[in-house]
Amino acid sequence: MTELDIISRLQAALPGLAAEPVEGAKDPTLRVPVGDLVRVASWLRDEAGYDYLSNVTGVDRGEQFEVVYHLYSIARGGGPLVLKVSGPWDQATVPSLVGIWPAAEFQEREVYDLLGISFAGHPDLRRILLWEGFPGHPLRKTFENRTVPNAEMVATMADEEVPHAEN
Amino acid sequence: MLRTETLSINVGPQHPSTHGVFRMLLTLDGERVVDLKPYFGYLHRGIEKTAEQRTYVQNVPFTDRLDYICGMSNNLAYALAVEKLAGIGPIPERAEYLRVIMAELTRVVNHCVAIGFLLNDLGAFFTPVLYCLRQREYILDLFEMASGSRMTPSYIRPGGVVEDVPPEFIPAAKKVVAGLPAFVDELDQLLTGNEILMARLQNVGVLPPERAIAYGVTGPVLRGSGVAYDIRRAEPYSIYDRFDFDVITEPGQDAYARFLVRLGEMRQSARILEQALAQIPEGPVMAEGVRRIRPPAGEAYARIEAPKGELGFYLISDGSPNPYRFRVRPTSLINLQALRDMCVGHLVADVVVILGSIDLTMGEVDR
Amino acid sequence: MPSLNNLFGFLQDWISGKLSGFLPPWGVTLAMMVITIVALLLFLVVTVMYLTYLERKVLARIADRLGPNRAGPLGIAQPVADVLKLIVKEVIVPARADVPVYFLAPVVMVAPALLPYAVLPFGPRMVPADISVAVLFVPAVTSITTLALLMAGWGSGNKFSLLGGLRAVAQKVSYSIPLLLAFLAVVLVSGSLSLVRIVEAQASYPFLLAQPLGFIIALICCVAEVNRSPFDIPEAESELVAGYHTEYSGVGFAMFFLAEYIGMFTVSAMLAILYLGGWHGPLLPPYIWFLIKVYLILCVMFWLRGTFPRVRVDQLMNLSWKVLLPLSMVNVAVVALVDKLGLRLGFLPGLVAGLVVMAVAAAVLRTRRRARAAAAARPAWQVREA
Repeated sequence: MTELDIISRLQAALPGLAAEPVEGAKDPTLRVPVGDLVRVASWLRDEAGYDYLSNVTGVDRGEQFEVVYHLYSIARGGGPLVLKVSGPWDQATVPSLVGIWPAAEFQEREVYDLLGISFAGHPDLRRILLWEGFPGHPLRKTFENRTVPNAEMVATMADEEVPHAEN
Repeated sequence: MLRTETLSINVGPQHPSTHGVFRMLLTLDGERVVDLKPYFGYLHRGIEKTAEQRTYVQNVPFTDRLDYICGMSNNLAYALAVEKLAGIGPIPERAEYLRVIMAELTRVVNHCVAIGFLLNDLGAFFTPVLYCLRQREYILDLFEMASGSRMTPSYIRPGGVVEDVPPEFIPAAKKVVAGLPAFVDELDQLLTGNEILMARLQNVGVLPPERAIAYGVTGPVLRGSGVAYDIRRAEPYSIYDRFDFDVITEPGQDAYARFLVRLGEMRQSARILEQALAQIPEGPVMAEGVRRIRPPAGEAYARIEAPKGELGFYLISDGSPNPYRFRVRPTSLINLQALRDMCVGHLVADVVVILGSIDLTMGEVDR
Repeated sequence: MPSLNNLFGFLQDWISGKLSGFLPPWGVTLAMMVITIVALLLFLVVTVMYLTYLERKVLARIADRLGPNRAGPLGIAQPVADVLKLIVKEVIVPARADVPVYFLAPVVMVAPALLPYAVLPFGPRMVPADISVAVLFVPAVTSITTLALLMAGWGSGNKFSLLGGLRAVAQKVSYSIPLLLAFLAVVLVSGSLSLVRIVEAQASYPFLLAQPLGFIIALICCVAEVNRSPFDIPEAESELVAGYHTEYSGVGFAMFFLAEYIGMFTVSAMLAILYLGGWHGPLLPPYIWFLIKVYLILCVMFWLRGTFPRVRVDQLMNLSWKVLLPLSMVNVAVVALVDKLGLRLGFLPGLVAGLVVMAVAAAVLRTRRRARAAAAARPAWQVREA
């Protein structure tokens, strides 16, 4: 069963789905509307055996954001299948896939942290590498690349909700 | 009326057994862990952002510094991703063999460090770790011979390897590899049957296979849960399909099983290395015409079975000499997702053991 | 002519003879006490300094390296450098420390650690005070250090320290019981509570032969009593940073360190006295034999530290209450029985009985471990074929 077969089976199984394979991609790629993501993901996990979500990442495509998922199957030994969702930056919210693949948890947090795309339904959506209060999202192309004086950074840290133990 | 309170305790970022600057906020009931929250980012260097301003070859040294124990494997994963993106190939035979040799030596290095420091976390005062580090030194000497650097080699480049190894490398490597099985046996005898070690590791950090797969855990942790998934076998890259080796799994699902998997993988690496060193042909080590890499617009994801698990690079090109997006799929970070699940209900002493049995490098977690 | 065997007795006589020329008799006694105390303290401090050196060298050899070798030839000046460093180091008091408790703890730690040397016989006539209940006196005074550990853990105002202190208390209390029961068996065999009598009773054979099980129990308990690896859970470096002494630097830390090593020397001396025949031995002077035996046991402790992982806190408790305590009770019962039967066969009945009990215990433990391992075995996970 190749990935292309799976894409056609998927379209048969989920009527009204506006998902389309991306032509010319190196790995089989499926572009999914944001609204259908959870439906597609559940089907892929339950019916097509994609039990392993390897990679979740975000891309700043200028006007649009894009979230990319790389799926493999350990039980069946197949993959990769690439899922992509995209949308305009002013609606940069994607449903979280943590409920389907817990593997998404930290990676979605990272995408949220570095690109500012939020994930609806994520159980613990906090910044992961940078601190709360860090100005901006570094992986956006609009992020100003400059040497920041230490004092300026420390000033943003003061607001950090420090989860220290109370002593 | 007796009343108990939970105690929150910060383990790290400065703590002897967090393997770098990693912080766990533990909530304890007595000594039993009720909750665990990991915090990262103390070693965040913005490699993914910096890489967008450099050319593809200039980014190779950044990959060394991800998982700084396993520089060679990181180089390999990145080189495969760039080659897939830019359509470079075929890679000369000798370079492929050298890549496999370096990657497997790295696996031995990593497992030495992992087992050694796991024993340190268990409180075995430095003896096992020094035995392991002694073996690691022999291999680092080989890396230095090939690349001029012990831990940050930048040796495997897109298109092949940067230059051929000196003529004395192959005999020296054969000698080291010939000593490997004896070293693993020694470690095996020293540790595997130790009563205290078994009492400390067995049934600690149990991760059932379904949970392991769901959390995206890979590498020895996944195989220690009994799942025979190894990318070298499942989706062979480079020339791994030519070698005869076994995928080691253990049914134990606990920290002891992970320890046994690592021991077994060192033996298998020695097997692969013996075959590769015997078969390595003469010839060029760099593909023709790889000078300035300007991949066509597009994207590629390549992954390898790094010593700690699946290491992937996701590169997007817009046709310029710099990557548009440079994404590392960090093995250590994703393996850590299972940490909370494994630790809750155990004692404080088990947390550091479970952390050690996952085997992480903060350079890769934080990037 | 003073023989080497009686060097210290001769010195004692000589000094007191000189002193009696110009001091009244009570003054001589007082002066001799002071001289003995000063000599013992000097001996202990130098011993501890060089115990650290010995330990580092032995551990280094076990771990396939050289150990300290920079300060002086073979690194023998290393302990001096360490002491100087500790003394001149700044004492940092944590902001949340309970200051009086924090500063009192090291003192409370060191003082009782020194007390056993009042009764430990280094040789014939080489005991400051031969009291009739010395076997009880030593564990009694050393267990005061438990209080110091708790004080240090509490007074530091640090959670790691507190956990370390609590662990230390639990551990010390648990291991004192089988330790005393093991000592009790020796008392039964020798018929005396005086350490000097006990050593004298071992003139023909060391009690190790009559008490093999008791010796092993006592050795394990002693290692646990002084918080040494594999029972070093109160200061478990990889878990609790440094346990109760996390927040101590400089002199405070040095005092904990001193007390720990004196404690090691004390328990080793107790084991040598009770089981290895104390000062008895051919050719060499008695005090040399005594020190050889003590260092032998110390080296066993270093060896354990160099090779064993640490047990977990619950396993530690299980070992004490579920294994050592019943075994030591069986040991006492067997000794009492043999004693009652009045057999005059030397060490043979005790040795045979001890070995039988050990064999049975080992078999029981092995079966239980097998059963546990079988219960924990999990089925293999299968990869489905595509």
